[in-house]
Amino acid sequence: MTQTAMQAAPEATPRPNSDLRALYTQMRRVRTFEERVGELFVRGQSAGSMLHLSIGEESAAVGVCAAMREGDTFTTHHRGHGIFLARGADPNRMMAEIGGKETGYCHGKGGSMHIADMGLGHLGANAIVGGGIPAVVGAGIASKRAGKGDISVAFFGDGAMQQGILYESMNMAALWDLPVLFVCINNQYGMGTRIDQATKGHELHLRARAFGLRGETVDGLDVTEVRETAQDLVDAARTGQPGFLAVDCYRFFGHARMDKSPYRKEEEEALGRQKDPVLHARAALIGAGVTEDELDGVDNDIAREMDAAIDFAVASQEPQLASMFRDVYGPDEPEPEPVRTRIDRVLARE
Amino acid sequence: MVQMTYRDALRQALRDAMAEDDRVFVIGEEVGRYGGAYGVTKGLIEEFGSDRLMDTPISEAAIVGAAVGAAMAGLKPVAELMYVDFIGMTMDQLGNQAAKIRYMFGGQIGVPMVLRTQGGTGRSAGAQHSQSLEAYVLHTPGLRLAMPATVADAYHLLRGALRQPDPVVFIEHKALYTLKEEVDLSAPVPDWGKAAIRRKGDDLVIVTYSRQVHNALKAAEELAARGIEATVIDLRTLNPLDFDTIRAEVERVGRAMVVSEGVMTAGVAAELSARISEECFDFLHDPVVRVAGEDIPISVSVALEAASVPTTALVRETAERLVA
Repeated sequence: MTQTAMQAAPEATPRPNSDLRALYTQMRRVRTFEERVGELFVRGQSAGSMLHLSIGEESAAVGVCAAMREGDTFTTHHRGHGIFLARGADPNRMMAEIGGKETGYCHGKGGSMHIADMGLGHLGANAIVGGGIPAVVGAGIASKRAGKGDISVAFFGDGAMQQGILYESMNMAALWDLPVLFVCINNQYGMGTRIDQATKGHELHLRARAFGLRGETVDGLDVTEVRETAQDLVDAARTGQPGFLAVDCYRFFGHARMDKSPYRKEEEEALGRQKDPVLHARAALIGAGVTEDELDGVDNDIAREMDAAIDFAVASQEPQLASMFRDVYGPDEPEPEPVRTRIDRVLARE
Repeated sequence: MVQMTYRDALRQALRDAMAEDDRVFVIGEEVGRYGGAYGVTKGLIEEFGSDRLMDTPISEAAIVGAAVGAAMAGLKPVAELMYVDFIGMTMDQLGNQAAKIRYMFGGQIGVPMVLRTQGGTGRSAGAQHSQSLEAYVLHTPGLRLAMPATVADAYHLLRGALRQPDPVVFIEHKALYTLKEEVDLSAPVPDWGKAAIRRKGDDLVIVTYSRQVHNALKAAEELAARGIEATVIDLRTLNPLDFDTIRAEVERVGRAMVVSEGVMTAGVAAELSARISEECFDFLHDPVVRVAGEDIPISVSVALEAASVPTTALVRETAERLVA
């Protein structure tokens, strides 16, 4: 393949909304949303307990997404609420999906781990570690052909760094000069396994460089730094230079809602939670002259927005039972026959 | 007699096997320090150390592949796959390697490993964490397949699996871990590969396994209250399959239904139904009926999930209509 398809790409994306205030607002939205997801569970209104919160990791979602633009596509792992929100998701429809309701993004079929919206370029969250990574190679091929300069971004956790599919995907992206970015949100834990218990190779970006990608690691404490590093890689990806970004952060809470993380010490958690990108951005804003009152106002607006999302989810209906057979195949195809219908035919023979 | 849960029985089986034979070791994600995603291996790392409860990175293909190699090299690995839904990522190691090594290499060596995993619905875990994929395994010659329904079987079948010369896929049901029953672990060990008749009746035979055994027994009680007596066969292992027990009961009673949580098309129920129809044809008063999972993925919605697999009501109603 040649570079021709990519030549239509702009040299660099303009950087609107790059101000810290907008980034802070987005991060606060992610955090408050995640806190409300926790409440939805406590109130018995979530579909199951497989809810993976991204509290502590907000700068990765917000910093990278701020560098993306309309037309870009992405996939996420199972801890992807924040990424989708930062790409413009409607919190009401997200919360409804997490509650397994008809009004959710996937009509209650997907849930927290399988949320998606093609309109916003979300090619899907995934419950298989690494499962969503290779799709960005394919989306990258399509973008390259279309020649509009769109990129595709795979978001995943450090757990996926030990899955073979990542390396097959990075190799192809480099081999074919694809407009693709791989983003590892390194929250230090794959479920209960700390990263040093999973690998001896901690300079994750060097693995990408070995395949010919641009590779960087950034500290997730400062969202501005994440955004700037991401922007460089995103701009390069638009010209057909695929990249990899590891964002170092800390998973503040357990793996899923039921996990009280007995496998790590309280002192470690206390230390980890000091690395709080939301509070860090807030302190920086105050240092720059923004008042506490103004920021409280922002936070309160967000709290109301997310409370409304809970109300919307709780008030929404469960999907109709008949919808169970819809969307197994294309819209004009016959739906699978219910087991009851098949049983009826067997028993009607008599 | 002692009261224990399905989860405890599995742990006890691993503990006893490891104490008896130092070649036995467990390898998988979160099996050591965490104690298993469903708590089956909790505490074993304190007893046996991290050399025998090997926590791995999230690398399913290599976990199963490493177990294959360890078994060929003389160890007795128990690999754990956290969800049976992840079997796709390991299918080459399982289906092309573990299952075929004895045959391809002319019988020189076997792969005596156990792959413990769990499946099924019941936790709103969504399309990639709720499947019943036993048909993938049953469709692969060379793999044995055990699916315990009771607490005693959780213990005995796991011990039995570890005595096999060939790879055994051992699928637990996520909704059974908290099942509590009285068990006598010193009772005679049931023969590996022998089905259990959990209830005997003269009107129809319900052939089933894993969690659906409990559904079938509940349905059978409700049927008895309406004057219908069902035999309930718990297959315990699907490979080997104890077709002799099925045949004897179906020939005696003359009516059969098969109940499985896996999807209906080309599933375990399809195989059982075909075989009963073919081999017991002259004894059947009615066609064999399958009650199985719908041919759809599992939704996260609580209501849709529950309606995707056989319910006690569906088993009971179908049985009533079959016998009527």
